[in-house]
Amino acid sequence: MEGTIPLSYYIAVSAILFTMGALGVLIRRNALIVFMSIELMLNAANLAFVAFARSYGVLTGQIFVFFVITVAAAEVAVGLALIVAIFRSKHSIDVDQMSSLKG
Amino acid sequence: MNSMLILFIILSLAAVLSALGLLLSRSAVYAALFLVLNFACVAIFYLLLGAPFIALTQITVYAGAIMVLFLFVIMLLGAEKLPKSQSLPWQRPLAIGLAVVLLFEAGFLLFQRLHLTATLAQPEAQINSVDAIRTLGLTLFNQYLLPFEITSILLLVAMVGAIVLTKQEKGAAG
Repeated sequence: MEGTIPLSYYIAVSAILFTMGALGVLIRRNALIVFMSIELMLNAANLAFVAFARSYGVLTGQIFVFFVITVAAAEVAVGLALIVAIFRSKHSIDVDQMSSLKG
Repeated sequence: MNSMLILFIILSLAAVLSALGLLLSRSAVYAALFLVLNFACVAIFYLLLGAPFIALTQITVYAGAIMVLFLFVIMLLGAEKLPKSQSLPWQRPLAIGLAVVLLFEAGFLLFQRLHLTATLAQPEAQINSVDAIRTLGLTLFNQYLLPFEITSILLLVAMVGAIVLTKQEKGAAG
């Protein structure tokens, strides 16, 4: 059976996932979970890209998802290295503790 | 209500509930596993949208590489056993209010430009076959060759940066 799911349903799911990612960045204090929430937001944007690409019948959206996945991989590698370095010096990954520059 | 719509609703519920689990779980390991479930749901969304190659890339790169990296760091740091610090008391309700505002703004802006009844185009005959992947590859390596090459430089920089950041400095003060 061929499904005809409206595009707006996909966009709604994407918006909900993006909002939950933003909420995770705002309310969680664990730096690792903040990073995971950022991945959730990137993923929601990818879902919107693929849905629009399918809606307009072009492949450019899928190509961009490709690049977003690559950038996410690079971001995670550098970000986790930063978290490991911060944990070595401060013995905490609580984002509230990272206030050394505060006057 | 056809079977595709039922599948879609079940998948969206799974995606939203796993995202909620990521937000609410106390342990970082559980949060990572919820995120893996969410990535799998989104990969099935890609399959429904006729993008099988993106779906498999999602499983391989996100659920495979990135989440294994996350789990490695969680276990390396032992960060899930850290004592919980109290947060600012007004922060959580303010954040939830801002998130609701963001959801309404995003929904308004997106649906203002969309026809609410717009359905997805029927998949072309080639979109679920090997030809779709061939078309994707041809587009990537002809029209988007320069961004593809820049991506390789980006990955190289990220690799060098990660190694430099985590290198133990021998002979440094202390």
